[in-house]
Amino acid sequence: MSTEAIPAKSASTAFWQGARLSIPVVVASGPFAMLFGAIAVDNGFSVFEAFLMSAAVFGGASQMVGIELFGHHVAPWLIVLSIFAVNFRHVLYSAAIGRSLSHWSAPKQAIAYFLLTDPQYAFAESEAQSGRKVSFVWYMGAALTVYFFWNVLTLAGAIAGTFIPDTSALGIDFLLPIYFLGLVMDFRKRPLWLPIVIVSAIASIVAYKTVGSPWHVSLGALAGVALAVILPPSHSGIGTDPEHLP
Amino acid sequence: MSTTFWIIIAGAIATYLTRVGGHLVLSRFETIHPRVEAGLNAVPAAVLTTLVAPAALGAGPAEWVALIISGLVALRGGLMSMFLTGAVVLILARQFVA
Repeated sequence: MSTEAIPAKSASTAFWQGARLSIPVVVASGPFAMLFGAIAVDNGFSVFEAFLMSAAVFGGASQMVGIELFGHHVAPWLIVLSIFAVNFRHVLYSAAIGRSLSHWSAPKQAIAYFLLTDPQYAFAESEAQSGRKVSFVWYMGAALTVYFFWNVLTLAGAIAGTFIPDTSALGIDFLLPIYFLGLVMDFRKRPLWLPIVIVSAIASIVAYKTVGSPWHVSLGALAGVALAVILPPSHSGIGTDPEHLP
Repeated sequence: MSTTFWIIIAGAIATYLTRVGGHLVLSRFETIHPRVEAGLNAVPAAVLTTLVAPAALGAGPAEWVALIISGLVALRGGLMSMFLTGAVVLILARQFVA
């Protein structure tokens, strides 16, 4: 039953299945890794510091915000707080996916949470939803592939410096929203999917216009989650699905 | 070590706390209330939508066409085909809508 018990051959299969899933993520996030590296060096980071930030933080949007503030000579504590704010949505991912990773050992879980990005969360959640036990090897196959390319491409971008062609003509700047839309669509079979999407969309747009980025992510998400909490749990399919019975 | 180094390390610790924190808080409870469970099940659609909606609103016709067509492809195909379709449509649409 446990993931540790699976033989070596199927473990390597699981790893590559995970890695294969992450190819679109590498394609979509790769240009941002290079862009981050180039901007970081442009804003006064050394090549090593740019690489270190990608390797240690591993969160694209927060790295971009951090480097932008660094370039404006903002107080260090405010930069750290901003990184925390941009990444705050991970608290929700972590709370939600914990149920599906709890059969792993503590060190494995500790490593897995370090690599818990937006797409990684979506992969794991979708795997758990399909009824399979989330395998650690499979999880690492997807996570390490993205991690590897994220760091290598940051390094490449930092070394290349500001030499990045016109990103707009290639559509690179809008690849991530398209990709995230695909992830949203992946969950369309869930109860209350459409109402949650509508509420989160409206709330995030209102928050974006009033409070501003990056808080629109957490506020918009909380609005969608609140809808599911407020409505009777039977609307979310809880209590009707045998999987949820005690 | 430089200030930059410590900003990176503090930022990394703050990020790790967000990634492990939700689970650590929740695992302290033995049973999960049905409403909490309903809320957790709403997380993927809720969070991922906020990464699309404001970006879509701030974009133009080329981006809208790409989102609509790739969204329709997602109803039938997988994530990869949806993503590649969106990318191709976006690049083509930007050639015409300048």
